[in-house]
Amino acid sequence: MTNPIAPAPRSNKKWVALATVALMLGGFGYLAYGGIGENIVYFLTPGELIQKGDKAVERPVRLGGQVVAGSVVWNADNLDLRFKVTDGQGAEVLVHSRGAPPQMFRAGIGVVVEGKYTRDGVFQSDNLMVKHSNEYRAPNAEEMKHPERLNKTLMRESRS
Amino acid sequence: MTRQIGYLATIIALAVSIVGLLMAAFGARRRQQALVAASYNAVYANFGLLTVATGAMVYGLVTHDFSIGYVAQVGSRATPMFFTVISLWSALEGSILFWGFVLAGLSAAVVFANRRREGNLVPYAAATLLAIGVFFYLLLVGPANPWHLVSPTPADGPGPNPLLQNHPLMAVHPPLLYLGYVGMAIPFAFAIGALLSGEIDKPDWMVLTRRYTLGAWAFLSLAIMAGMWWSYEVLGWGGYWAWDPVENASFMPWLTATAYLHSAMVQERRGMLKLWNVNLIVGTFLLTILGTFLTRSGVLSSVHAFTTGTIGYYFLAFIAIGLVTTFALVAGNSEKLASEGHLDAPASRETVFLLNNLLLTAFTFTVLLGTLFPLVAEAIKGIKVSVGAPFFNQMTVPLCAALLFLMGVGPSLPWRRTSWEQVKSMVVAPTIGAFVALGLALAVGIRDPFAVATVAFAAWALVCNVREYVIGAGARMKAHGENPAVAVGRLVAANQRRYGGYVAHAGIIMMSVAIAASSSYKYEREATLKPGATLALRNFDLRFKELWGRDEAHRQVIGADVEVLDKQGKVLGTLDPRLNFYPTQEQPVPTPSVRSRPLGDLYLNLMAFTPDGGSATIRAIEEPLVPWIWIGGFVVAFGAVISGWPTRRSQGRRVAVARPVSRGEGWTAPQGVGVATTQGMAQ
Repeated sequence: MTNPIAPAPRSNKKWVALATVALMLGGFGYLAYGGIGENIVYFLTPGELIQKGDKAVERPVRLGGQVVAGSVVWNADNLDLRFKVTDGQGAEVLVHSRGAPPQMFRAGIGVVVEGKYTRDGVFQSDNLMVKHSNEYRAPNAEEMKHPERLNKTLMRESRS
Repeated sequence: MTRQIGYLATIIALAVSIVGLLMAAFGARRRQQALVAASYNAVYANFGLLTVATGAMVYGLVTHDFSIGYVAQVGSRATPMFFTVISLWSALEGSILFWGFVLAGLSAAVVFANRRREGNLVPYAAATLLAIGVFFYLLLVGPANPWHLVSPTPADGPGPNPLLQNHPLMAVHPPLLYLGYVGMAIPFAFAIGALLSGEIDKPDWMVLTRRYTLGAWAFLSLAIMAGMWWSYEVLGWGGYWAWDPVENASFMPWLTATAYLHSAMVQERRGMLKLWNVNLIVGTFLLTILGTFLTRSGVLSSVHAFTTGTIGYYFLAFIAIGLVTTFALVAGNSEKLASEGHLDAPASRETVFLLNNLLLTAFTFTVLLGTLFPLVAEAIKGIKVSVGAPFFNQMTVPLCAALLFLMGVGPSLPWRRTSWEQVKSMVVAPTIGAFVALGLALAVGIRDPFAVATVAFAAWALVCNVREYVIGAGARMKAHGENPAVAVGRLVAANQRRYGGYVAHAGIIMMSVAIAASSSYKYEREATLKPGATLALRNFDLRFKELWGRDEAHRQVIGADVEVLDKQGKVLGTLDPRLNFYPTQEQPVPTPSVRSRPLGDLYLNLMAFTPDGGSATIRAIEEPLVPWIWIGGFVVAFGAVISGWPTRRSQGRRVAVARPVSRGEGWTAPQGVGVATTQGMAQ
């Protein structure tokens, strides 16, 4: 039997070690929790983006939809691109992008734009991706109802 | 006919595995040698059957037998032979088949190598391997059946995903990854075997497990590096790592396996961390299955996500079974997994190993959190989110820096305890090295604090690393009068495991510096150029010459010839970034053109062009030190080879390792690092 009054340096040490580990884990968990909160990128349709209003401004967002026909303005000299993205249900968002669009970029194609919605109502793109699937087809009506599904077949084609 | 042969072989393999699994388990339990021997034969037979099945599939692909479901899915008469053969792993069903083949091959090899070993470790390990096999063969006859009949037989197929037939690295990356992933099943099987047979308190299984983990780890390291290289050479964005879920999926088991390779030494040496080591092995294996689930079930968006289907549930069920089984087995063996030793002092090698494990585990959790968070958020709150790369960078770069720091400290400290004088003399040189590197990084213009810290800690680790050779070889030169080269060679040969580890460390240091420099000191420009126009970069000028087009059997190629000039106007060469148009896909696949030199790469990607050849839009990136990422990857694998290469000496040593380490109080830490290096510190 061990004497309960005798000092127990080993178990003390054990507690110190356990406390250190708990402290480290706690700190790590706190950092991870905060870090993930700051870096969540929401996937939104133009309608959802407009609905969120101020809450979506200046936050990283992936905007998914279809390029509106006749809305594309491309300046090859200063690599400046403007176009509108629609969710097919009336909501449209103006997108501004710098740099050449992917070769297949054109009106009507499904796109996902990574960037931020600014106060002046323009979506500033950091990264423009054209939706293309292995099954080689344009987005169908069903997908246009759920534009977030477009994201499934994305490849990182034009990361900037 | 090919289809029937392949399908039949797969079904028989499933049946043989189930029977073999039962024979192995009962044979071990009832101590019936004949049954055990028969189960080993089932393992060998499985390899034969999977070879037939995989061979049939390759034959079907090569002969364009479009009645086979998988061939109709990925085959095409226009695809070059090379890419036809490797399209075996370009879609879900074929990759599961190839997976089964690799598993059967590795299982047969390890069972054969250990067939004469006494006790129940190997029979139970064989049973575990057969059980894993059953899972994969079930997939192959069920949700991932590559053999289903296509009727009427199509005349031609679409060919494999263009992204996967655009670069020869596609022949390298997947097989390496399978060897790494499936290879982790072997240590898992031996851990389960040791738990089932109750031989978990004997050192045998640890010796085997460590060696097999090392092998799988080497393949996984190379596979990850090849994947980065492929991404760099094909995707055209000038990067090699994006914290894509698929990359993360391959990285997590690598992290836990790395942790195990280190903590295994603590168990061998001090009898500590036994339970932890079992957890790491099981965790590594389950992370490979989780990775397969993430990449193959279509739950995540990625270049690797082939199809959506019911296959995901099979994987989740398998992971759950693995977790529950292991938990039950560990609980049943808890006494044998109790620690024999304890930490004596805060400054000792085992403390550093402990911290290393803590950091690598934190690293794994970070990556796991960031990878699974979108899935959980969607399941619980129904929102579509992704976790941005900044999260991973913020969290992991400090961990990397701390790991580099420990990489220097660990080898310099002896086991058990260290005197204050030893610590003091140990830190001087690497501290100087770290500050010199810090100054150097700032001087060349690197400002990103993460990158500067990484470079400084890498220098710290490098100085410590080199010092191990200097001290060890120095002692040999003095004692045996050897010249420096001979001394280093014999030092490594005499302490394979230890110095193999240091070689791997050197590779990691190279990769860290190269990644820090290339990601923080990148120079990028994009411009639309007319023929004859030039574009000024940091170290080069570009002159766009002309646009050309070429028809190939399976694609059309558009290329831009771009001259590279140095700042004095001298022509250094021509690069030709291209876009490849495959008939089956609207979106072209780029082939960036890279000028690679030890100090850095010049990376050109053709972004767009006007069909009349009047202009081309080109993205040009200058990225320092990129080649050292690939070189570092090879060095890591080379270190693993040195460390694990079987020699007569290491065979003899196995006995020495198997002997329990004496833990008498009279044992003192070696006084000098030099002495420690040349004597038996290797184990």
